Amino acid sequence: MIEVKDLSKNFAVKDGNFTAIHNIDLTIQDGDVFGIIGMSGAGKSTLIRCLNLLERPSSGSICVDGKDITHYQGRQLLQLRRSMGMIFQKFNLLMQRTNLENVALPMEICGVPKDKRLVRAQELLELVGLGDQGEKYPIQLSGGQQQRVSIARALANDPKVLLCDEPTSALDSLTTNSILKLLRDINRQLGVTIVIITHEIGVVEKICNRVAVMDASVIVEQGTVAEVMAHPTQEITKKLLGRVRWDA
Amino acid sequence: MLELIAAFVERYYMLLLEGIRDTLIMTVVSFLFAYVLGLPLGVLLVISKPHGIRPNRVCSTVVGWIVNIGRAIPFIILMISIMPLTKAIMGTKLGVRGAVFPLIVSAAPFVARMVETSLSEIDGGVIEAAQAMGATTWQIIRKVYLPEAFPSLVLGSSVSFVTIFAYTTMAGAVGAGGLGDIAIRYGYNRYEADVLWVTVVLLILLVEAAQTIFNYLSRRMDKRIRK
Repeated sequence: MIEVKDLSKNFAVKDGNFTAIHNIDLTIQDGDVFGIIGMSGAGKSTLIRCLNLLERPSSGSICVDGKDITHYQGRQLLQLRRSMGMIFQKFNLLMQRTNLENVALPMEICGVPKDKRLVRAQELLELVGLGDQGEKYPIQLSGGQQQRVSIARALANDPKVLLCDEPTSALDSLTTNSILKLLRDINRQLGVTIVIITHEIGVVEKICNRVAVMDASVIVEQGTVAEVMAHPTQEITKKLLGRVRWDA
Repeated sequence: MLELIAAFVERYYMLLLEGIRDTLIMTVVSFLFAYVLGLPLGVLLVISKPHGIRPNRVCSTVVGWIVNIGRAIPFIILMISIMPLTKAIMGTKLGVRGAVFPLIVSAAPFVARMVETSLSEIDGGVIEAAQAMGATTWQIIRKVYLPEAFPSLVLGSSVSFVTIFAYTTMAGAVGAGGLGDIAIRYGYNRYEADVLWVTVVLLILLVEAAQTIFNYLSRRMDKRIRK
């Protein structure tokens, strides 16, 4: 379980402060597929990057399984990050490594012996449907395939939580569907909690059970997807749902 | 004509072969040691920047200054001004031995900047992915920065190589040996234009060969190029 309380993050900019997220409260239960939706610049990415402390919150707290991780440093911080997987909009694969070596990297970082990690990496590639692409390099794969490799990589250390920062924003709609299906299967079969950032309502509709709507640095609305979709209370939610004329 | 060439070869080939040998030894040895020093400095420059993986203002400023000072002093001036130090460390300030030390001192800051440029080309997202995996600073350097930048580092090292190569010919002006020394002693001091021109052609061929090898290696190892 991840509990975020009163979380804020300010960045120092040229003249003063920029508030990226402001007083965020949310609870992500084990097994959730938790969607965070909002327009560009709403603060979604900053929020998800706080969860594994790629960004240091300015105030507030984050508890993972009851432990306050907000001020983790050194070893503790590395251990925390090793217990979470993360995927990105631009995949961020290492271009000079084969796909198999990419998947093996997180295990290499944790000190898993070479023969063990290569076997495990091959299993993971098979899990994402790319068992025969291990010897190739990322450049030889399509965008959707690269995202599959990055998902396999994120699962390498058996994380309890998978953080997804706009995982389908660089993909076409058919590929998006196949990636979402893969994420849903991972959630159901491996029991991995998924936190997913997106600006597409379709992503939330298809795989999330809970959703938080962000606008201008704050969460304006949250609940189960069914609730929020049926009775959106905020203007921004209606807009994201396409229930307001786009030129209105 | 043929007789002329035969006579020239007969008379100078030993001298020129020795010149090529000395030039290559000076260049290769200095090149290797310049990377031993310059590579860590370049890595420090990149990681200690404000948005690097280990921001450190003091380190960033100090290393930046050392590199800038080293880059600002023209090689020939540096070589002359550190001669006492060269003699103390290498035992002589002349010949190949005497030239290698100032070459390293002068080239290391240059190499540091080349390395910095290559590492900075790595997509920040990839570094972030490694951080999200819980990689230590050292792991990010060893497993991400250096291997990902390797083709670019090799290409950059061709520039360093040719620069050091050019320095060795300047070093010839103050008694270093090698092709530069031959060009100055025979071509400039004794007005033997034929020797001068042959040395120039040899220098061009050597640079051309080095560049071709580096380009080939870089292309060969870059997995971003579809083959």
